[in-house]
Amino acid sequence: MPDGQALRRRAEEALNRKGAFGKDYDLDEFEAASRERDSYESLEEVSPEQKQTMMDVGVLPEAEDRSGSLVYMDNAVVHQSSADQGLELIPTLDAMDKYDWLSEYSWKAVPVDKDKYTARAYLENANGYFIRVKAGKKVKFPVQTCMMIDTEKRTQHTHNIIIVEEGASLDIITGCATSSHANESLHLGISEIYVHEGGSLNFSMIHNWGEKTGVRPRTGVELGKNASFVNNYVIMKPAGSVQSFPTCYLNGEGASAKFNSIAISHPGSEIDLGSQVVMNAPGTAAEILSRSITLGGEMIARGKLVGNAKDVRAHLECRSLIMSEEGRTLAIPELEAMYPDVEMTHEAAVGKIAREQVEYLMARGIDEDEAVGMIVRGFLEGSIRGLPESLRKEIDDAVNMANVGH
Amino acid sequence: MLQIEDLHVEVDGKEVLSGVDLEVPAGHTCVLFGPNGSGKSTLLHTIMGFGQYKITKGRILFLGRDITHEPIDERARIGMGIMLQRPPNIVGLRLNDMVEAAGDGHLDTDETAGALNMKSFLERDVNVGFSGGEIKRSELLQLIMQEPCFFLLDEPESGVDMESIDLLGRKIHDLLYDKKGCGWDKGDCSKSALVITHTGRVLDYIDADCAYVIRGGRIMCSGRPRDILRDIQERGYGECIKCRMVKL
Repeated sequence: MPDGQALRRRAEEALNRKGAFGKDYDLDEFEAASRERDSYESLEEVSPEQKQTMMDVGVLPEAEDRSGSLVYMDNAVVHQSSADQGLELIPTLDAMDKYDWLSEYSWKAVPVDKDKYTARAYLENANGYFIRVKAGKKVKFPVQTCMMIDTEKRTQHTHNIIIVEEGASLDIITGCATSSHANESLHLGISEIYVHEGGSLNFSMIHNWGEKTGVRPRTGVELGKNASFVNNYVIMKPAGSVQSFPTCYLNGEGASAKFNSIAISHPGSEIDLGSQVVMNAPGTAAEILSRSITLGGEMIARGKLVGNAKDVRAHLECRSLIMSEEGRTLAIPELEAMYPDVEMTHEAAVGKIAREQVEYLMARGIDEDEAVGMIVRGFLEGSIRGLPESLRKEIDDAVNMANVGH
Repeated sequence: MLQIEDLHVEVDGKEVLSGVDLEVPAGHTCVLFGPNGSGKSTLLHTIMGFGQYKITKGRILFLGRDITHEPIDERARIGMGIMLQRPPNIVGLRLNDMVEAAGDGHLDTDETAGALNMKSFLERDVNVGFSGGEIKRSELLQLIMQEPCFFLLDEPESGVDMESIDLLGRKIHDLLYDKKGCGWDKGDCSKSALVITHTGRVLDYIDADCAYVIRGGRIMCSGRPRDILRDIQERGYGECIKCRMVKL
C-alpha cells in the first residue's frame, strides 16, 4: 500500500507526462472548476436545462427504478441518495475518511503517475463517487451517476471507486455531459473498479460533451475469481477530443470481461476509444466489440487482449463505417499471448455502407433515408446484446438526428 | 401492366441486355426461360431499378407510366415487388423490423410468418445464417407483407429441397391468385408476375399464361409455357435461336 507521501511524489513527477494516446492538453490553461456548489435534496430541484442535460445521458431526475443517484457538478457532489440496504453510495472523500481500508483500493487499479491527467486528479484531491455493494447483495435497480461540467474553461476531476464484494451484483448507468454554457472544458475522470469473487457489475456509460470539450478518462478494473464485468460505452454527439483506454485485469480464475463501445465521430471531433483486457488467470474470457461511424471526424478504435495465463479465450472485433469523404478511421486490434494454450482472435473491418443492403430495403418500399437509418442502427446496436434501454434510445435518437441518410 | 421496349442495359461497362422487348399484360403470369448468363436476372433487377444496372437505351412502362428512371422505392410504392435469389445479409436488423417497415400495417406479421414456418426467424438478423429454403420463405414473407400487384420472382425454386418446394409453390400460388387483389390503393388492379425459372418446376404451382426465352441479352422466342418448356427440355435452348431465325 503506497503511503500518501510516496503517491504525492510520484504524481508530482508525472505532471508533465503526456498521455499515451490523443492530443496533449496544457493543464495550466484550465482552472479547476469550483468545489462549492449548491446541493439538491432531490434531482427534481435542478434547473430545467440541467434536467434536460441529465436526461440526455440517461440519468432520470425522478430517479424512478433507480437504487441510488449521485450527481457531481463541476467539482462538487451536489446530490446523493440511496435507498437500498447493502448498497453504499457516498462521495469518495467521505468514504476515504470513513474507511481506513479504502487506501488499499485507492490509486491501485489506476496508477497515479500514469500520465499528467491522473497526476493532476490526485494532486487536486479529486472527489467523486464511491459505490460499494456488500457481499451477496443483488442490487435490483441500477445506480445512476452523473458527471456534469457546468462552467466554461474549467477542469473537472473526479475519482470514483466501485467495489462489488463477493457474490454481489450491480448495474450502474452513468452519464457524463457538459451543460450548454461549458464547452471548452476538460474532464479528467479516474475510475477504479473492483469486482470480487463471484460478483458481477454491468457498467453503462453515455457521454455527451461539448464540441470543444476535452475528455481524458482513466479507468482500471480488477476482477476476482469468477467475477464478471460488462462495460457499455456510447458516444453519439459531437465532442472535442475524447481519449479513453480502460484496462481490465482478470486476476481470478474464471473471470470474464466484455467491453462494448458504440461511437459516432462528427466533423471536428477526435474520438479515440479502446480497451485492454489482461488475462492473468487461467480459464478467463474477454470480448471487446467496437462499432463506430465517422461522419467526418477522426475515429480511432483500439483494442488489446493480453493472454497472460493458460486456457484463456478472447475475441476482439472492430467494425467501422465511413459515411463521409472527410474524416478518418483507424482500427488497431492487438493480440498478445504468453502461452500456447490460448484461443484469441480478432477481426476488423472498415468500409462504407453496402449499397446492396440499402437497395434491398428500398425494393420493399422503404425510402432511402429510412433504409440507411435502419442499417446504421442495426450496425451500431444490433450485435451487442443486453444494452440498457437508455443507451438504445440514445443511439436511436442520434441516428435520427444525424440524418445519416444524406 | 409492364411493357419493355428496346431495353439495353450495361453492367460494369459491359452490355448484358441488347434490345429486350417484352410485355406482361395485366392479370397475366409470364415465365422467363434462358440459359445461365443469358440476362434473366439482369432483366428482373433492371425492372426493379437496382443501381448496378445501367439503362443505355429503351424504356420500361409500368401501369402506363414511364418508370425507366424512377428510384427503386418509388417502383415498390406503386406496386412492384421482387423475390431475390441471393439477397444480402443485414447484420443487426431484425427480420421483424424489416417486414414491418415493408408492410403498411394491416397484415399481422406473426400470423403471416407463422403460415410460412418463419415465426422463429422474426427475431433473427435479416438473412444471416439462413439456409436456401429459409431465404426463400423470408423473401416470400416480405413480399406478402409488402402486397405488390406485380411480382418479379427470380428462380423461386432454386436451392430448395423437395419438401419445402411444395409449401413455397403453394404460397406463391396463393400470393398470385388470391382474389383479395392488391393491398394498394390503385383501384382496379389485377396481379401479374414475371417469373424466372430454370427447371420449370414452379410451373406445377402457377398458371403461367405466357413464356419468353432470353438468350444473349435478347428475347428469342415466346409462346405457351408448357410448349416452350418441352422444347427446351427436348432440344435445348439452341432450337429457340432457330425458331427466331425462321421468324426473321
